[in-house]
Amino acid sequence: MSLKVKSKIEGIKAMDKADQRKWFKELLINNSLFIFIIIAVVFIQIQRPEFLGKESIVNIISLSAAAMPLALGIAGAIILTGTDLSAGRIVGLTACVAASLLQMSDYANKMFPNLPEIPVLVVFVGVVLMGAFIGGLNGTFIAKLNLHPFIVTLATQLMLYGIILMYLMNGNNNGQAISGLDEKYTNLIKGSLFSVGSTPVPNFVLFVIVLTIVMWVVWNKTEFGKNMFAVGANAEAANVSGVNVGRTIIKVFLLAGALYAVSGFIEAARIGSNSANTGFNYEMDGIAACVIGGVSFVGGIGKISGVIMGVVLLKLIFVGLSFLSVSVNMIYIIKGLIILVACAIDMRKYLVRK
Amino acid sequence: MSNVILEMKNINKEFPGVKALDNVSFNVKKGSVHALMGENGAGKSTLMKCLFGMYKRDSGQIFLDGKEVEFKNAKDALEAGVAMVHQELNQALQRNIMDNLWLGRYPKVGKLITSEKQMYKDTQAIFEKLHVKVDPKRIMSTMPVSQRQMVEIAKAVSYDSKIIVFDEPTSSLTDQEVEHLFEIINMLKEQGCGIVYISHKMDEILKISDEVTIMRDGQWVATKDAKGLEMSEIIKLMVGRELRNLYPPKNNEPGEVVLKIDQMTAMYSHLQGVSMEVRRGEIVGLAGLDGSGRTELLENLFGIATRKSGDIYLDGKKIQNKNSVDSIRNGFALLTEERRSTGIFGVRSIRENTIISNLKKYKRIAGLLDNIQMKKDTDWAIKSMSIKTPNQDTQIRSLSGGNQQKVILGRWLLTEPEVLLLDEPTRGIDVGAKYEIYQLIIDLAAKGKSVIMVSSEMPELLGVCDRIVIMSNGRVAGELSAEEANQEQIMSYAAKYL
Repeated sequence: MSLKVKSKIEGIKAMDKADQRKWFKELLINNSLFIFIIIAVVFIQIQRPEFLGKESIVNIISLSAAAMPLALGIAGAIILTGTDLSAGRIVGLTACVAASLLQMSDYANKMFPNLPEIPVLVVFVGVVLMGAFIGGLNGTFIAKLNLHPFIVTLATQLMLYGIILMYLMNGNNNGQAISGLDEKYTNLIKGSLFSVGSTPVPNFVLFVIVLTIVMWVVWNKTEFGKNMFAVGANAEAANVSGVNVGRTIIKVFLLAGALYAVSGFIEAARIGSNSANTGFNYEMDGIAACVIGGVSFVGGIGKISGVIMGVVLLKLIFVGLSFLSVSVNMIYIIKGLIILVACAIDMRKYLVRK
Repeated sequence: MSNVILEMKNINKEFPGVKALDNVSFNVKKGSVHALMGENGAGKSTLMKCLFGMYKRDSGQIFLDGKEVEFKNAKDALEAGVAMVHQELNQALQRNIMDNLWLGRYPKVGKLITSEKQMYKDTQAIFEKLHVKVDPKRIMSTMPVSQRQMVEIAKAVSYDSKIIVFDEPTSSLTDQEVEHLFEIINMLKEQGCGIVYISHKMDEILKISDEVTIMRDGQWVATKDAKGLEMSEIIKLMVGRELRNLYPPKNNEPGEVVLKIDQMTAMYSHLQGVSMEVRRGEIVGLAGLDGSGRTELLENLFGIATRKSGDIYLDGKKIQNKNSVDSIRNGFALLTEERRSTGIFGVRSIRENTIISNLKKYKRIAGLLDNIQMKKDTDWAIKSMSIKTPNQDTQIRSLSGGNQQKVILGRWLLTEPEVLLLDEPTRGIDVGAKYEIYQLIIDLAAKGKSVIMVSSEMPELLGVCDRIVIMSNGRVAGELSAEEANQEQIMSYAAKYL
């Protein structure tokens, strides 16, 4: 490694003045987002010393972890040069279903009053299968009907919204938010096995870390992962090379659906009160995190580390700006600008200069 | 020479590594048809693209009616009276005839509103002149190709064009439609138009043209009067080059028949009733013009195009090859013609490009892939094919065309194929790398692999193959042993079913 760095430095020294200046300029432009973030963090830290305190950092990590599974799922769709607009609604539906099955037995407005107690793990597996099924449907429509993922998921997210609204009318619920969750469930997600100093770290952070490692293995070490990148980079060539393109697309969306369900399962307990608005627009934050992290709409490009970076950056900015008491309205504008700049920098790498 | 209307003088055009046009001059006389002939890649289209400003020429001058002109794009040329009727028509198919005809210059009432009435009247006037009986309001996509072509001609006429270039205009017309086209061309000629006529079909050319210019390898070869010109003379002028490329010595020995194709007909292309045999250790060349069905044959054989009928036998056993996965399992490999769009995964590394067809082989416990083996195999490919790359993790798009091609060849060799289908394996590759690829192909055949190789370069086929099968218009037109074949024979077979 150090040898690599050494030879690089020598290479730079060997360049003439004009080339050095150009190299430095490229370096600044390609990393401008990070430079901006570092400046922002330093600035916020000076204004508000508690910004990088233990509590705040654990908060940022928790927020990032909650957003992570969904971002990992959507990243797969983007690698295929697609997108997934139904992600947020799948989170919403799985969250509502999980919550309704895991309400306290003595809760007054229980959706299913006569429901016997179900083990939390069974519900978890159930909603993950449900998410995978919906995602698999998305993938099947895309692969078999040759439709663009944008159109398919635009349609399915609408249908899912309708289904969520109908589901909330079930039993005694009458369309209200589902709350009064069983403590076993909330403790599993929000409880804490270990703490940083006196600040407890919620359990779901651990779950998400394990999940992220598993996803790294899936992307980098399995046939499915290689096929996914190949289909995204050049679907025609993948077909000629003996990759079953349709099946790969279905698998990517099926896996994405399962990951959204994990997000839903965590969100339900984390928020505690689940309505038709749970998960709404989550896919936008997911897509934003992916593109900021270098998962490119060019196709076939993306890293797990990039997704992590994108998710954490967005939350860092969000928390930081809140510390500065910047209004929520302003935060939207800043988020939008960050996405634009990040994508413009990303695109520079793939432009064929004529 | 006062009746010369278009004069192209000493045109030069160089692409990286290739001299596409070498001091070419070309004159078209008023009221005459001038045919432009040459093999694929002889420089005909490049010359025309330089005329229309689609390519910027390196040097040379163009005169129209004695005045020097410089067109920036096709519209510029059109407005100066130089029009082109393309082989592949670029039309807005969902719109009607007059919308297409007056596109970009709609007659208007006032400044904003287009005048449908005026368009209708003008279109009809032109159609009457050309003896075309079609309603100007008809939607383009509902019309046969011949009529759509007429719209293109009408467009040229509507600009009062002095020069009209026809690029392979009859490739999708019936005999009757060709007659009508020739009537129109003769009419335009009488009105004083200069016509440039590009075609491979000799009998047509001898029938319609007044003069013939022949190009070869980017150079002007001859301009002759069409009267008294023999077909054989044209062919000789078109192909009569000496073999400049050297080919590696051949040491493969064809054995027994391995692959047998019986009456293969495609569902969605013109491939029809193709039968052929390939022996173990044999290199069979597929010759023919562009669009003669060579690529379609390979695609149908490999299962990425749909067959309507026909059987494939490998070692005497009937096989299906119903998709690429199936074909690879049966020991087939296909190197595609369009390297960039169907061969490489541009943004992925050399390693991933190399191992993608062979992933099953690396699967270990729990479906995880064996990294060490993948690296080893990639190293083998890089070494045995002398691929020039900094390392395995380099993005393949940063390599030269020749090296990319070697990576894809390496990908296929790792699947240990018995039958290699190579579609234009040396297209867009510099001469040195070509030699290396010929060597690889011959080595493979010497090891007992069977190779079917499509190429538009006849010397290459003659130099590398054992046997040459010539296709024409979707059918097998003939077969020649490479030792006895010459380019004239191949060319006349290639034109057999046109």
